Amino acid sequence: MSTFTFKQYSILPGFNLALGFTLLYLSLIVLIPLSAAFIRTAELSWPEFCSIVTTPRVVASYRLTFGASFAAACVNVVFGLLVAWVLVRYHFPGKKLIDALVDLPFALPTAVAGIALTALYAGNGWIGQFLEPLGIKVAFTPIGIFVALTFIGLPFVVRTVQPVLEDIESELEEAAATLGANRWQTFTRVIFPAIFPALMTGFALAFARAIGEYGSVIFIAGNMPMISEITPLLIVTKLEQYDYAGATALSVVMLVISFILLLIINLLQWWSRRRSTIT
Amino acid sequence: MNINKWLKITLFTASLLIGGHATADKTLLNVSYDPTRELYQEFNVAFAKHWQAKNNEKITIRQSHGGSGKQARSVIDGLEADVVTLALANDINAIAEHAKLLPEDWQKRLARNSTPYTSTIIFLVRKGNPKGIKDWNDLARPGVSVITPNPKTSGGAQWNYLAAWEFAKRHFGEDKAKGFVSDLYKNVPVLDSGARGSATTFVERGIGDVFISWENEAFLALKEYGADKFEIVVPSLSILAEPSVAIVDKVVDKRGTRQAAEAYLHYLYSEEGQEIAARHFYRPSDEKVAAKYASKFPVIELFTIDDAFGGWKNAHKIHFGDGGTFDQIYLK
Repeated sequence: MSTFTFKQYSILPGFNLALGFTLLYLSLIVLIPLSAAFIRTAELSWPEFCSIVTTPRVVASYRLTFGASFAAACVNVVFGLLVAWVLVRYHFPGKKLIDALVDLPFALPTAVAGIALTALYAGNGWIGQFLEPLGIKVAFTPIGIFVALTFIGLPFVVRTVQPVLEDIESELEEAAATLGANRWQTFTRVIFPAIFPALMTGFALAFARAIGEYGSVIFIAGNMPMISEITPLLIVTKLEQYDYAGATALSVVMLVISFILLLIINLLQWWSRRRSTIT
Repeated sequence: MNINKWLKITLFTASLLIGGHATADKTLLNVSYDPTRELYQEFNVAFAKHWQAKNNEKITIRQSHGGSGKQARSVIDGLEADVVTLALANDINAIAEHAKLLPEDWQKRLARNSTPYTSTIIFLVRKGNPKGIKDWNDLARPGVSVITPNPKTSGGAQWNYLAAWEFAKRHFGEDKAKGFVSDLYKNVPVLDSGARGSATTFVERGIGDVFISWENEAFLALKEYGADKFEIVVPSLSILAEPSVAIVDKVVDKRGTRQAAEAYLHYLYSEEGQEIAARHFYRPSDEKVAAKYASKFPVIELFTIDDAFGGWKNAHKIHFGDGGTFDQIYLK
């Protein structure tokens, strides 16, 4: 941690200014709003806090929020990788168009996405009318939440994996082939280790985005207590009831869980990057 | 405490930037709830004309609409509303209680509990009424699918819930009410967060056999989508929904708009104001206007929240607070 000794000058100029600006910026944009949440929660006593954040309805919502987000992020890792692969490795007409389409979930207001998905998957929608007779209900069930979260998470995986995939030289694969590796071995031993850290980053981003998602989910979820209520909805519900302290208590729990999960993912990524550079 | 102040300053600056206070004309901001959008569009034009004729001064009224609870929260957090016209008295109570922007007894300041127009809760069913729904007890029957928003997030839905509760209390007795309402809510497949969302679920998505709705919204839906698709069913008993109006004292005193704001709310009670309300399917309180439009509104036995539940504060605590009767339905 030599960077913290301020006297030691870097070869590059502007260190003090840049670090000062970084700290100020992070404080203004991230730390101060977040600490406001913690301070608000401090209005509650510890037993009050515990009873608010462990009621059965709230616990059911944690399970749904983190479970559906995790499942959606996992699906996005597989299909995001596939999309990135197709976009990098093949040339076909309309490729630019598909490349641009990937970014749409970034730009689209999430409420629009939610309404569109609900219209598609409801019992009288284009897709829903075929699923309903099979006994599969998507809209207004937890499956609908999963679909919405998959939709909004896709670009994160594609956009993190794509540049790394582009950087892998085809010579590496050719070398692997001349050394006797078959195609599967080339993929698992040569390509996959190189893109794994990027894949993890994409996973973490898609996962984090899904946990915080509100706009698209409330339209498709059905919002039934104990079944399809996400934690952000409960936070909004508490706010509607002027229960500011209760709302921030839930946000603090979400913040802490998310932070721990992201920390674990980052550690995993760091570990895999180290391993892949050593071997 | 400082956070509140900070928030207010930020919101105020934002409102300055967005609102553009450059014009010298007098302005009023009316913060209202969702279904009144069309009503106030017409009323604001009428009032501006009236004000111009009387005081020879131009006045512009800006209106803001959203879920009633959300709107109240915006005012608490610093949105400078000269007048609030919300779905239920409880939301204005919250402004008085949490931000102290108006006195706690605000409801006594204007006639009829500060309620210039009223409404009630009725049912919208699909054409031909295939499930034969006639009254509240049909909604709790197995096999009937009911659409209503979540009373925790929607003001209108609280009226629905209380109306069902009172019906059960009168027909089956006090101790059976909870079981009845619980059966009714077991028939609800989707709990949208607001009345407009529920209307979409029922009308556009084709979900549910019956939609518990504001009377004015039901008439509006009938007008917009045609009487060949839906029918209105009037229950034997319903609640007198009293959307209240109030001046936000601290704001009007600061902006010097008290006189105009008071005139604005009084004009709601005038003959023209009442006519406009009636045209938008709100029940007028003025007897003359009410008599004129009597044929438009179905006759229902109505009860008030004060008589049946001892006021909003009480009702809210027992039914919609954390661990209240609504929460208990889903925890069993």
